[in-house]
Amino acid sequence: MSANVKVDMVTIILNGEEVEVPDGINLIEAAQIHGREVPHYCYHPKLTVAGNCRMCLVEMGMPMRDRGTGEPVLDSDGNQKIGWIPKPVIGCGTNVSPGMRVNTDSPLAKDSREGIMEFLLVNHPLDCPICDQAGECRLQEFAMDYGRGYSRFVERKNVKPKRTRLGPKVTLDDERCILCSRCIRFCQEVAKDDVLGFVDRGSYSTLTCFPGKELSNNYSLNTVDICPVGALTSSDFRFKMRVWFLKESPSICSESSAGANTLVESREGQIYRITPRRNDSVNDTWMTDSGRELFKKVKSESRLTAHRTNGCVDTLDAAVSFSVELLSNEKIAIVGSCNSSVEEQYLLRKLADQTKAKIHLPGHFGEDDGLLLSADRTPNLRGALATGMVKKYPSDNLKPLALQLVKGAVKTLLVVNEDLFALGITKEHLKKAKIIYVGTHVNETSKMADVVLAGLTVFEKSGTFINRNFRLQKFFQAVPGPAGLVPDFLVLNRIASELSGKVAESLGLESLWKEIGKLRTSCLKGIAYREIPSDGLDLDPGKLADLSYVEGPALNFSPIKAKTTDKMKPKAAKD
Amino acid sequence: MIKTVVMERKPLSLSERTYLPQIASGLKTTFSNLFKKKVTLQYPEQRPSIPRGYRGVPTLVKDPNGREKCVSCQLCEFVCPPKAIRITPGHIPEDDEERSHVEKAPEEFEIDMLRCIYCGYCEEVCPEEAIFLQENYSLSGYSREELVNDKEKLYEMGGTLPDKHFKWDKKKTDEEQGNAH
Repeated sequence: MSANVKVDMVTIILNGEEVEVPDGINLIEAAQIHGREVPHYCYHPKLTVAGNCRMCLVEMGMPMRDRGTGEPVLDSDGNQKIGWIPKPVIGCGTNVSPGMRVNTDSPLAKDSREGIMEFLLVNHPLDCPICDQAGECRLQEFAMDYGRGYSRFVERKNVKPKRTRLGPKVTLDDERCILCSRCIRFCQEVAKDDVLGFVDRGSYSTLTCFPGKELSNNYSLNTVDICPVGALTSSDFRFKMRVWFLKESPSICSESSAGANTLVESREGQIYRITPRRNDSVNDTWMTDSGRELFKKVKSESRLTAHRTNGCVDTLDAAVSFSVELLSNEKIAIVGSCNSSVEEQYLLRKLADQTKAKIHLPGHFGEDDGLLLSADRTPNLRGALATGMVKKYPSDNLKPLALQLVKGAVKTLLVVNEDLFALGITKEHLKKAKIIYVGTHVNETSKMADVVLAGLTVFEKSGTFINRNFRLQKFFQAVPGPAGLVPDFLVLNRIASELSGKVAESLGLESLWKEIGKLRTSCLKGIAYREIPSDGLDLDPGKLADLSYVEGPALNFSPIKAKTTDKMKPKAAKD
Repeated sequence: MIKTVVMERKPLSLSERTYLPQIASGLKTTFSNLFKKKVTLQYPEQRPSIPRGYRGVPTLVKDPNGREKCVSCQLCEFVCPPKAIRITPGHIPEDDEERSHVEKAPEEFEIDMLRCIYCGYCEEVCPEEAIFLQENYSLSGYSREELVNDKEKLYEMGGTLPDKHFKWDKKKTDEEQGNAH
């Protein structure tokens, strides 16, 4: 998995061209490295090889050797003879070996593909106008690229059930299924919830759930993503929007510290679905079902859409200057959030230094599922540590703050996106305190707040998170936020500037990172925003590695302390 | 340098100065047309005959059984150059015996006739032959909203057209005649 493991290269002859490929990979991958497409349905890089779709047939041969002596067999010119395998072989199930001859577009390979395509289309319904997969359907694409272009099939097509419910989130259209078994293998190998299988034979074969079971695990929607045709569809996204209208923005799942890479797909400012983005160091090609639902909160009724002072809707200028007024007093405390981006946490730290406030940081914890839902249910707890916003590992309550409130040591509270009442603070405690709330949704704290600065959700702003692997990952704005709202880091920057009597300069992420890169003792030292690669940057945690993190071993992740023993091998990487 | 050349206008001849030959030739045209067949129409009482393939107002049509043909694939919305079409896709409920196997139908279908340029791409792209630019060419309204045709109006204007394929009917027969698994 890691990049510094040295891979042996072997030389194969691909379509008559001598090329170098890593040893041990199969012909589909080898051809892909050198820009040749071998069409395939059942093969998936993160699943075991099943070899049942037969779409990846290629012609293959090996240099001949004498069986008895092992000596190379030479032809009349003195070259080693090539023993071509008389029938095509499947690219997914054939691994490269030195001197191998592979033809991906010889007449035999082309003929085989055309034949396979014809058989796959025999009973496939002409559903494209009503099929959600249209536009991202491998069958559609390969029928165009490798099919014969017209149908010779005059008999009646099979009719099968069109809307079988496999689970709460997945609907199966049996007619469209090409029996590639990707979903079955996914459930067995990745989700470890073996509920799917084929029943019956021949053209009667159908995908089904085992009796009494249903596809209800938290990873079920990945089967929809890997389905090469429109057989498995998301019950939620079904018939909502055609995929060619959707704009894809790279983002990071904010559900937990796993930090799955995602694509947020939206049209005209409305998000329709979230799909995983492949990152072999983080989430492979998977993500949780619960993470895909997060976008529904963006336009919920409890969304804060305007800034408020003393309960009345007000302008940003007024809200900021009122906040500055409140923060100019003594006895200030700040409640930060692990949901904020690295940039916001950095500015919050700066604000705390200016006002000599103490920062309290509550964490949110749950059960670890060993895959992509980690025990830390916030995306950026490590960001708070890396920016130096807090030194200690957060706990799930705010008892120290409650004590200070009782003592009267806190008069003004700046709360970022947290509900104090869910964290052990009572109304009794807050009687004398003024509250400034920066957040996205209405909660009990925002209702009590003297100033509410409405913020943007992770889908409406850009920034960075640090996930459980200490990997710094960028997310980008997918949709515009409610009219009049600006990114939280700009609001915090304005407050910080105005507190020191300056007019806030316009600030971009690039220029903010110039400041963050100057943090002396942080692992973020010397990083420039534009240099963070799109698939993330592994940070050196340094001393932060000694804290006791709650996450257990999971997909592509082993807790830092256990790293030396190297017990946990990523599960998907084995295959 | 551009040289300026002054052109002298020729003086009019006597016959030209009297204007009489010109008047006579003009009247000749007038009288020759007086006895020909009329080409003007008393619009709007009289309407022109519309040639085949004419591209009038886009409409949605129903099949001869009175069922809506559109399955809201949104290809017309995609292809529409001025972005005049707006579709909200919807389900056909499972208990609809006639059409439940079609699964999908538009919940709302709007064509903004102030945007439409009558190019006919929507008709060309439609895989279900559900949208046709028919003979209606005159369109008027008092407000912008009035000129946005909604689904109801589109079906009202479209009416029923003959169908060559009966794709969904065939599917139903297949199911009934034993190809169902």
